[in-house]
Amino acid sequence: MSGKLFVSGDEAVALAVRQAKPHVIAAYPITPQTIVVERLSDFVEDGSLNSQYLYVESEHSAMCACLGASAMGARAFTATSSQGLLYMVEGLHYASGSRFPIVMMNANRSLAAPWSIYNDQRDSLSELESGWIQLYAENAQEAYDTTLQAYRIAEDPAVMLPVMVNLDGFVLTHTYELVQLAEQETVDAYIPYRNFCNKLDLNNPKATCITAGPPYNMEFRYQQHKAAVDAAAKIVEADKEFGKKFGRSYGGLVEAYKCEDADAVLVTLGSVAGTVRCVVDAYREAGKKIGLLKIRCMRPFPAKEAAAALKGAKAVGVLEKDISFGYEGVVYTNVNSSLKEQGLSVPTANWVGGLGGRSISKEDIQGIFDQLLSGRLEGTQTAFVNLRRDICGA
Amino acid sequence: MALNAKTIPNKELFYGHKACGGCGAALAIRLALKVLGERAIAVIPPNCMSTVGFIYPHMPFFVNSIIPPFAGTAAVMSGVLAGAQAQGLEDYHVVGFAGDGGTADIGIQALSGMIDRNDRAIFICYDNEAYMNTGVQKSGLTPYGMKTTNTPAGKNFHGSQSSKKRMFEIVAAHGIPYAATASVGYPEDFLAKVEKAMNTDGTSYIHVMAPCPTGWGTESDVTVDIAKEAVDCGLWFLAEYEGGEFKLNRDPKEFASVEAYLKKQSRFSALDDADFARVIRERDESWARMRRDWTK
Repeated sequence: MSGKLFVSGDEAVALAVRQAKPHVIAAYPITPQTIVVERLSDFVEDGSLNSQYLYVESEHSAMCACLGASAMGARAFTATSSQGLLYMVEGLHYASGSRFPIVMMNANRSLAAPWSIYNDQRDSLSELESGWIQLYAENAQEAYDTTLQAYRIAEDPAVMLPVMVNLDGFVLTHTYELVQLAEQETVDAYIPYRNFCNKLDLNNPKATCITAGPPYNMEFRYQQHKAAVDAAAKIVEADKEFGKKFGRSYGGLVEAYKCEDADAVLVTLGSVAGTVRCVVDAYREAGKKIGLLKIRCMRPFPAKEAAAALKGAKAVGVLEKDISFGYEGVVYTNVNSSLKEQGLSVPTANWVGGLGGRSISKEDIQGIFDQLLSGRLEGTQTAFVNLRRDICGA
Repeated sequence: MALNAKTIPNKELFYGHKACGGCGAALAIRLALKVLGERAIAVIPPNCMSTVGFIYPHMPFFVNSIIPPFAGTAAVMSGVLAGAQAQGLEDYHVVGFAGDGGTADIGIQALSGMIDRNDRAIFICYDNEAYMNTGVQKSGLTPYGMKTTNTPAGKNFHGSQSSKKRMFEIVAAHGIPYAATASVGYPEDFLAKVEKAMNTDGTSYIHVMAPCPTGWGTESDVTVDIAKEAVDCGLWFLAEYEGGEFKLNRDPKEFASVEAYLKKQSRFSALDDADFARVIRERDESWARMRRDWTK
């Protein structure tokens, strides 16, 4: 199975899931995630994947089935997108609260209304509070690798939290790239099945997803929070170990690309990091000192790592495909908070782009860097990239 | 082995809980678990039974148990089953205990999906005819004329204005391998049906009438009697659906008095003669249909 394949992002995830060998797969189709569930059903049909594949009647049930499977100590996988993610939201909290290490792929897509099947990240970023570890991939290779890493992280006895692997809809899910596949034996050694300490046990009955009243509830929450905070080190470790075994790694929680001496750094996540990288290279050749801070992990938020990468910059921009209406992009809020926490007072600005699938071009990113380098940042006012001002009354 | 009062295991698997005295649902679960045994895995959505049965660290279920999302009882059951099967576990029964709302309203989508997949699990609906856990509100299985806290009985409306959904037939329409109705008033019949469900290779469904003294306005020592009377007066029925055929287990030649049954419960205190006539008419129409279609 090793070697290189020319596949889409969705197919890369499906191939990784096949190698992760989940006991149970429960998923409901939604564009642009659909190819994942199609390929997985092909693998089950052709016998190359020996999973229980549940044809569920909704995303809510997909997550519920994963809860049940995980409660029994089984490795579970689901995939969704957009409206589907929102439909399973109560289950997200069950999974994290009961410490079920479910892995889910989410194809980042806009939310209705108005309807759009195209990419932005308002779906997953609206669920930062769900208790899931959130990872974002830049390309199909990273999506494949991150899916394998996700099982390692989720099932770590010190973590035991669900992990969401995010791929930008269409931009990654439907774009074909060469993806290097791993040797099965190496995958098996990287993510061996583990005995979940909280699983139901026929010989020693337990209750799970229990009720905890005021005398106990906070302590469950504290432990959940601590596990999420401590997961940061495990995510870094999982990425390092992945590098050793497979020859690829991604910097753990963040990737600081040419940030060391940069005057201006643009922070972003997901596929647009690739475009920013190109602009950084071009500007560097022209002698302009700029860098990219790619956030791989939104929860736990890499506050220290982000601040460390940004501490030398004279201006920091945050480019993101979401908006918390009435305020600003949530990634921007998180970055600003991190800077404050670390005692840094770098000027920052927020660019919201790509909503509902609007393209973000190299020229758009050049414009952002030009503004950052000019030193004229208009406070923290949120700017919409590529906004058609003439038709929206802006 | 036919289970009866003599042969039923003494071992209790649901006790020490905080349910009200005379709770029909707690009785139904207690009896069902005696049949299913210690290797049952119980899935109990947010309802009275999970509320009284899962308050950490007080755990009165002596089988594996899990509270699923309200709408997802059957989907969690499917996941539990798939997880158990994939790991090669043996000798266990996956059972769900959902109330009338958790079955016929918010839980119906997931239940439909599980029956469609024909997962080998037992879904037990304990029907106390309203959302009791939140303080007695109307569900899709609340009967006509029942006073609840959101279908008040006043000058204009005498309680709930709609009749019960035909949940047993909705389930049967899926072509489920085994479905039955039961009542805690006829425990041996109920036990036998749980045993049959347990041995069914596929999905099974049991709809057990389980009076709620608090919501019905009855004394806590008449639960079994009132459940029996519901069957005897024809407002509930004992039937099975198996191998594509319906079967009436009890087909009384004469019904006990509907009016007497209704008048024993404060939930029906606002009903007048016209209401009694409507309830009786609907009962008769229902029995005419069942007798026509379900008996040979």
